[in-house]
Amino acid sequence: MTHTYPWLSLSIWLPIAFGGLVLMLSNARASTLRWTALLGAVLSFLVTLPLYAGFDDKVASLQYVEKAAWIERFNIHYHLGIDGLALWLVLLTAFITIIVVVAAWEVIEERVAQYFAAFLMLSGLMIGVFAAADGMLFYVFFEATLIPMYLIIGIWGGANRIYASFKFFLYTLLGSLLMLIALVYLYRATGSFDLAVWAKTKLSLSEQSYLFFAFLAAFAVKVPMFPVHTWLPDVHVEAPTGGSAVLAAIMLKLGAYGFLRFSLPITPDASHEYAGLMIGLSLIAVVYVGLVALVQTDMKKLVAYSSIAHMGFVTLGFFMFSTSNPQDQALAFQGAYLQMISHGFISGAMFLCIGVLYDRMHSRNIADYGGVVNTMPKFAALFLLFSMANAGLPATSGFIGEFMVILGAVKYNFWIGLTAASALILGAAYSLWMYKRVIFGAVGNEHVEQLKDLNRREFWMLATLAAAVLWMGIYPAPFTQTIDASVANLLQHVAQTKLK
Amino acid sequence: MKTAYLIACFLPLLGSVLAGLFGTKFAGKGWRFMTRGLSHWVTILCVFIAALASSWTLADVLAGNHFNGTLYTWAQIGSLKMEIGFLIDPLTATMMCVVTWVSLMVHIYTIGYMSEEDGYERFFSYISLFTFAMMMLVMSNNMLQLFFGWEAVGLVSYLLIGFYYTRESAVFANMKAFLVNRVGDFGFIIGIGLVLAHTGSMNYAEIFAKADSFKGVTLVGTDWALITVACIALFIGAMGKSAQFPLHVWLPDSMEGPTPISALIHAATMVTAGIFMVSRMSPLFELSDTALMFVMFIGAITALFMGFMGIIQNDIKRVVAYSTLSQLGYMTVALGASAYSVAMFHVMTHAFFKALLFLAAGSVIMGMHHCQDIRYMGGLRKYMPITWITSLIGSLALIGTPFFAGFYSKDSIIEAVHATQYGWVSSFANFAVLAGVFITAFYSFRMYFLVFHGAERYDQNPDAHHAHASSNGQGHGHDAHHADKPHESPAVVTVPLMLLAIPSVMIGFVAIGPLLFEGFFKDSIKVLAAAHPAMSTLAAAWQGPVAMVVHGLQTPPFWLALAGVFTAWALYMKWTHIPAQIQAKAMPLYQLLDNKYYLDAFNQAVFAKGARLLGGAFWKIGDQTIIDGVGVNGSWKTVGWIASVLRLFQTGYIYHYAFGMIVGLVAMLYFVARI
Repeated sequence: MTHTYPWLSLSIWLPIAFGGLVLMLSNARASTLRWTALLGAVLSFLVTLPLYAGFDDKVASLQYVEKAAWIERFNIHYHLGIDGLALWLVLLTAFITIIVVVAAWEVIEERVAQYFAAFLMLSGLMIGVFAAADGMLFYVFFEATLIPMYLIIGIWGGANRIYASFKFFLYTLLGSLLMLIALVYLYRATGSFDLAVWAKTKLSLSEQSYLFFAFLAAFAVKVPMFPVHTWLPDVHVEAPTGGSAVLAAIMLKLGAYGFLRFSLPITPDASHEYAGLMIGLSLIAVVYVGLVALVQTDMKKLVAYSSIAHMGFVTLGFFMFSTSNPQDQALAFQGAYLQMISHGFISGAMFLCIGVLYDRMHSRNIADYGGVVNTMPKFAALFLLFSMANAGLPATSGFIGEFMVILGAVKYNFWIGLTAASALILGAAYSLWMYKRVIFGAVGNEHVEQLKDLNRREFWMLATLAAAVLWMGIYPAPFTQTIDASVANLLQHVAQTKLK
Repeated sequence: MKTAYLIACFLPLLGSVLAGLFGTKFAGKGWRFMTRGLSHWVTILCVFIAALASSWTLADVLAGNHFNGTLYTWAQIGSLKMEIGFLIDPLTATMMCVVTWVSLMVHIYTIGYMSEEDGYERFFSYISLFTFAMMMLVMSNNMLQLFFGWEAVGLVSYLLIGFYYTRESAVFANMKAFLVNRVGDFGFIIGIGLVLAHTGSMNYAEIFAKADSFKGVTLVGTDWALITVACIALFIGAMGKSAQFPLHVWLPDSMEGPTPISALIHAATMVTAGIFMVSRMSPLFELSDTALMFVMFIGAITALFMGFMGIIQNDIKRVVAYSTLSQLGYMTVALGASAYSVAMFHVMTHAFFKALLFLAAGSVIMGMHHCQDIRYMGGLRKYMPITWITSLIGSLALIGTPFFAGFYSKDSIIEAVHATQYGWVSSFANFAVLAGVFITAFYSFRMYFLVFHGAERYDQNPDAHHAHASSNGQGHGHDAHHADKPHESPAVVTVPLMLLAIPSVMIGFVAIGPLLFEGFFKDSIKVLAAAHPAMSTLAAAWQGPVAMVVHGLQTPPFWLALAGVFTAWALYMKWTHIPAQIQAKAMPLYQLLDNKYYLDAFNQAVFAKGARLLGGAFWKIGDQTIIDGVGVNGSWKTVGWIASVLRLFQTGYIYHYAFGMIVGLVAMLYFVARI
C-alpha cells in the first residue's frame, strides 16, 4: 500500500507549528490564543485520523513510512513509520492534547501563550517518539519532550515546583544518558541507526545484557517501575492539572513503548534472561505501590501511586514469555498494551477531576473534602465512573487490560496470577475509599457547601473521556484487531534467539 | 438470535439510561425532562415488556427451542475469541423470569415506598440498571460476560446500598460490600484463568466439552488436582456474591439501602448469582469431590450460624437479612450435594417468598413511620391487614409449611443432603440443615409475633420522633401519639405483596415435579449420578407433591419447624419475661452473636488496619527513607560532598594552582618514564 500524503509528518509538525504560531501571537488577547490553540489541537487530531482509517490490520511491518536522509555522515535518517502498537499511542496523544487545551481554558491566566505552545509542541514531540523508526530520531524526540514538560512544571507548577522539576529532569536524564551510550554502541556495531536493522543484528548475551540494562535505565524511570518510581508522585503534586494529565496519560507510555521498540526486539535473549527480574519488579509495583496508594492523604499522590500500580500490569504483560508457544503470551501482551491506552484515558480523567476540585477549593487534601456529591452531582457521577474504571470495573476500559493480563498470568504461572489479581482488591480499596471520603457523606464544611457543579466546558471535557472509557470497555475489538498482527510478529521475533 | 432475548436484556438498560441521564441531577438545565412520573412509567414499562419477553422465552424453551450464539465479538486475540453472547436454555429462562417478574413487582412497589424521597428518578434508574446487569449475567454464554454481569450487579448494589449517601453508615456499608465482593472476585478471576488456561476458551459449551480432559491434571508445580483448585476458586467468587461464610459480612450491612432493593438485590436475585453460577458450572464441579465437599461445608456453616444471629436481631430488616443468609447456606449445601436443580428450585421459591417478606417488612416500616425496631411494634394486624396476611404467608413458606413453596424446596435439600456420602462433612451438613429448620421457624415467628400480635407498643419507642423527623420530611403530624398510629400502605405497595403471595404458596407444588424430576434442567445441569446419587435417590422416592407432604409429616423437619413456631409463641406471646432472663443467663453467647462472631472486628483489625499499616510502612520506610533518602538524596549528597571537597582546591591563589600543576607534571613524568 502506498501513501501519498505524509500523514505522520503532519501529525508531528502541525501541533508544533501551531505551538510556534501561538507563541508568535503571545501579545494577542487570551481568547485569541485559546481558540488558536484549540484549533491547532483539533486539526492535529484530525490529521491523525487518516492513519487509523487507512491502516492495514493484516500488515505487521511499519506503515506510512517516510524516509529522508538527515545526518548522512552518521547514517541517521528522518525515518518515520508506525505499526499497530504505535498507531493508538499517536491517536491517544493527539486526543489528550485537545482535552488538556480545553482543561486549561479559563484556568491558566499567566503566560497563556507559552502554556498552550508548550502543550502543542509537547504533543508533536511525543508523536515523534511513537513514529520514529530511526534510533537517533527516537532519541532526539524522546529527550526533547523533557524540555516542554520541564517548563510546564517549573513555570505553572505548585509551590515546590523547582524541586519537583529538577527531580523529574535529573531522574529521567540520567536514564537517557545510558540509553545514548547504548545507541552509539549499536551504531558502531551495525553502522546504522535503523531500528529494523538493529532488530536483526546478532549480539552476544553479554552485549545484549549491557544494552538491556542501559535501555532499562531509560525506560524504567519513565514508566516508572519500582524502585525508580518516587519522582512521579512528587512531580504530579507540583505539576499543573494539564501537566499531570499529559504526564500520566502519555509520557509514562514513552517508557513502556521503549520496551516494545528497543528492549524486546533488539535484546530478546537478554529480555528472556531477565524476565524474572522484570516480572518481580512489576508485581512489586502492583502490590507494594497499591498498598502505598491506600494510605495517601493527597489526592494527586494517590492517583500517582495508582498510576504506578497500573503501569505494573503493562510491564508484567510484556515479559511473561511463553516457552512452549510464543503466541501464548498474546493475551497478556495485548492486555498490557490495552492497559497503556486505557490508562491514558483514565489517569488523564482522574487528574482532570482532581483539577476541577482543586480549581474550586485550592486543596488536594482528601480530608478537606466530604459530601461533594451534595453540591456537585454531575461531577460526582462522572468521577464515580472514572474511579470505578480505575478499580477495573468491567465495561470500562480499565477492566480489559487488567483482566487479560491476570488471565494470561494465571496461565503463565499460577502464583504470579494470584499476586497480580490482588490488584482487584487493592485497586477498588484505594479508589473507592478516596471516593467515599471526598464525594459521599454529609457536606463536610462551608467550602464544600459553596461548590459549583461542573460548567459546560468541564462537563464536555470529562464526558468525552467518559465516552472513550466506556467505548473501549464495551467494544475493544477495534483495538485488538489493529494490534493483533504487530503483536504476533513481535512475539515471534522475541522468541528467536539473536545470539552470535 | 431472537428479538425477545434482546428485548428482555436491553430494554431495562434503555429505561435506566433514560431515567438516569434525563431524570436525575446529572441532567443539565432543560434536559431533565424525565419527571418523577415519567421516570417510573418508562422504567416499569421497559421491565414489564422485558418480563413478557422472558416469559415468552421460557415458553419457547419449553417447546424445545434452545439458543447458544454470539451477539458480537468483544475482542479476538489470536485464536481466543472473547464474545458477548446468549445461552438460552431452561436454567437461563427460569432465571430470566424470576429476575424480571420480581423486578417488576419491586418497581411497582417502589412508587409507593419511595414516593416521598429525593432521588426518586435515580432509584428507578438504578433498579432498572440492576435488572439489565442481572440479565446479562444469567443470559451469558461465556465467562467474560458472566464476569461483566457479576461486577455490574455489584456496582448497582454499591450504588443502592449507598443510596442515602449522606449517611455515614450507608457509605461505609456500600464500600464494604464492594470490597468484600472484590475478595470473592479475586478468587473468581483466578478460577476463570485456570479454566481458560486449560481449555483455551471462555465459552461454556466449549469448556464443558473439554471438561473430561481435566482428569488427572494437576496444577503446575503442585500435586493438587487442577479441577479442584479451579472449582474452589470459582466458588470463592460465589461466596462473595452469595454471601457465604466468611465473606457474608457485607450482607447484613447492605440493609442500609432502601427496602425495595433489599428485596430485589439482597434477597431475591443478586445474592443467588453465586448459586446460579455454580449450577451453570456443574459439569466442572461434578469432577471434583473435594470441591463439592468444600461447597457443602461452607454452605452448612452459613445455614446454621447465620440463622443463630437472626434470633437476636431487633431490626426487622436484619432479621430478614440473616434469614436470607441462612437460606443461601441451604442452597449452597444443595450445590455441594450435587443437587443443583434443587438449589435452583430453592432459588426460585426463595426469590418469591423472600421478596414478599422484605417488601412486607418495608410496608411495616412505612406503616410504622420509618421505625424498624420490632420491640416497638406489636398488634399491627389490626392496622395493616394485607401486610399481616401476606407476611404470614411469606413466613409459612419460609419455614417450610407443607404445601407452601418453601416446603418442597427445603425438604428436597434436606433429603438430598441425607443422600450424600462425604463422611463427617455430610453429617455436619445434615445436622446444620435440620437444626436450621428449627432456628428458621423460631426467628421467623418471633418476628411475626412481635410485629403483628401481642400488645401494641408503637408508642413506646424512645427514638420514634427523632427517627421519623430525620428520615424524611413527610407530612405526617407527630405532635400527638394518635397521629402516629400505624397505617396500612397504599395499593402500589400492597398489590405487589398480594401478587408475590400467590407464587409463595403455589410455586413449589406446581413446579417441583417438572423442575426436579421431569428433566427440565437436563440440558443445563450435569450430574454424575453414579458418584453423586442425591438426585437419583430423590427421584426414586418421588411420588408426587401430595405424597411428599404426607411423607413430610412423618419426618423431623416438619416437627422441628412446628417446635420452632411453638417456642416462638411460648417465649414472645405467652411467657414474655423469659427471653430477657435467657439473655441475662447466656450473656457471653448473646455477646458473641451480637458482635457477629467478632468477624467484623477481626476484619477491621487485621485486614483493613493491616493493609493501612503495611501501606504506611512501605511508604515511609520503603519509598521515603530508603529509596528517596538513601538512593536519590544519597546520591545527590555524595555528589555534593565530592564537589565540596573539590571546591577546597579552588582557592583562587595562583601558587596553589601552580603547585598543583607541578605535582601533576611530576606524576605524569613518572608514569610515562615507567613505560
